[in-house]
Amino acid sequence: MPNSHIIEVTNLVKRYKKAEVNSVDNVSFYVEDQAFFSLLGPNGAGKTTTISILTTLLAITAGRATIAGFDVEKHPDKVRQQIGVIFQNPSLDLNLTAEENIRFHVSLYNQFRYMPVFGLMSAEYKKKILTLAEVVGLEHDLDKPVKTLSGGMKRKLEIIRSLMHQPKVLFLDEPTTGLDPISRKNLWRYLQDIRKKEKITIFLTTHYLEEAEHSDYVCIIDGGKIVAKGTPTEIKESLIKRYILVDSKDQIALKKELKALRLSFSGTGPFAISIKSATGQEIVQKLTTSLTLLDIHNPTLEDAYVEIITKNNAQP
Amino acid sequence: MHNLNAIFTIAFRDIIKLLRDRSRILASLIFPIIFIGVLGTSLQQNLGNNLTYNFLTFVFIGVLAQTLFQSTASGIISLVEDRQTDFAQEMFIAPISRYSILIGKILGETLVALVQIIGVILFAFVINIPLDLVSLLRMAPFFLVAAFFGGAFGVMVMAGLSEQRAANQIFPFLLFPQFFLAGVFNPIQHLPLPIFIASRISPMTYAVDLLRSIYYFGKPEYADVVLFNPLIDLTVVIGFGLLFVCIGTFLFVRNERNR
Repeated sequence: MPNSHIIEVTNLVKRYKKAEVNSVDNVSFYVEDQAFFSLLGPNGAGKTTTISILTTLLAITAGRATIAGFDVEKHPDKVRQQIGVIFQNPSLDLNLTAEENIRFHVSLYNQFRYMPVFGLMSAEYKKKILTLAEVVGLEHDLDKPVKTLSGGMKRKLEIIRSLMHQPKVLFLDEPTTGLDPISRKNLWRYLQDIRKKEKITIFLTTHYLEEAEHSDYVCIIDGGKIVAKGTPTEIKESLIKRYILVDSKDQIALKKELKALRLSFSGTGPFAISIKSATGQEIVQKLTTSLTLLDIHNPTLEDAYVEIITKNNAQP
Repeated sequence: MHNLNAIFTIAFRDIIKLLRDRSRILASLIFPIIFIGVLGTSLQQNLGNNLTYNFLTFVFIGVLAQTLFQSTASGIISLVEDRQTDFAQEMFIAPISRYSILIGKILGETLVALVQIIGVILFAFVINIPLDLVSLLRMAPFFLVAAFFGGAFGVMVMAGLSEQRAANQIFPFLLFPQFFLAGVFNPIQHLPLPIFIASRISPMTYAVDLLRSIYYFGKPEYADVVLFNPLIDLTVVIGFGLLFVCIGTFLFVRNERNR
């Protein structure tokens, strides 16, 4: 590979047939090998379109995209070999058992020779499926029909399946939609586990911003354009004002004191003191008025996201 | 070898699905039973005396061909249905040629159709349709060809109707008229010109006639029942079958990616 960018997207444009605007409009970004990358944005921003293009399911209108050095337009088969995909809608066959779904997958990828019964499959296959199933705790459910599995188990099964052919990049398109908080948390624990073990790159789209909080790099896309990119910390810092929230029984005295200290603040009580030059501790040390409320506001990625999207839509 | 493994895998999945779906097996018997049992027997009883051949046997062979053709064609159309919600996505991101996916699917649905006609044949024996067993066995290899042709027709239709709703709504209109145009239950030796043209364009005509030409070959009724020489039928079915698969796959893949 020429560089350590496992995914490279250059001036990517996608306009659907009969559409008047571009769904993806001149987007460029890259993802480093073994990174955890998140693509965020509201519904209809172009996330699924981007994933569809990167996973070779959709043709490009203009621009270029490569995965592991292979052009998605020119060498789709090579790209497909490098990727695992967890779609927004589960793509399991409900009529088959969990193991049969996986057997089908490895045979399609020509990793193992297809046999109509599990017993006849190669020993290597049996070992591999068990190892992966143990990681996500699905080893006792492999012979169950997929119909009978819970939503969380189905997702875990899809994860095992997508990893069987040892892809370099795992695409996750809103993987936890519809899961309860505990299943979501579990799923992420497994994903992080697997990510370390398999040395895999993760490409995530999600609406749950706290899931993207741990990514190495984030792109926020809106109306087909990238409106922000950077590490979660960079994105938060570039936009969100960090502040200390204080209040007192004697609001007049507190206000007076804040003015005297020349702190920039807003609100009529509680007061939000913005933290720019001084640290929170320095500010608090200066205050002598007795406080009834003291809170340091630490912005989340979600706060930043909401601000970016709102600002972007407010522009004419 | 790579694609062979994939084709075999895709085909086998369809068989497993069928065997686990008892209601589908039952449902697949209902139409043939109505056609042969009700339509066939009533026509034989009331009009049969004017014919030089046994009408029930005529209908039975027709329904065999129609079941093979239709079952495979519908199976392929279901690929459009599956595409967004189901397993089809999994096939489309696999590193295999799109032709392999469709050929695997046609093969699978062909095997499914073969399983389904076992029931139809058993039913024919139950209600005592006069059948010549040797000729029936002679037809067996051509069952595959008829089913393949239905699959190819399905691919062609699917390519034209890439939207799921359109496929579900329009497909029956492309299929059902062919029952009559192909002469599954009705003799089509003599037809008014417009219907004659439609009949000879209808792909199912050649699948039905192929099986009849094999079954009746060398029998006295041959000239009254069969339209074309078996070789002509076979050439049309295989030639157009391959053409449909090639054009259909090409269009389907293009439409899929160039949305």
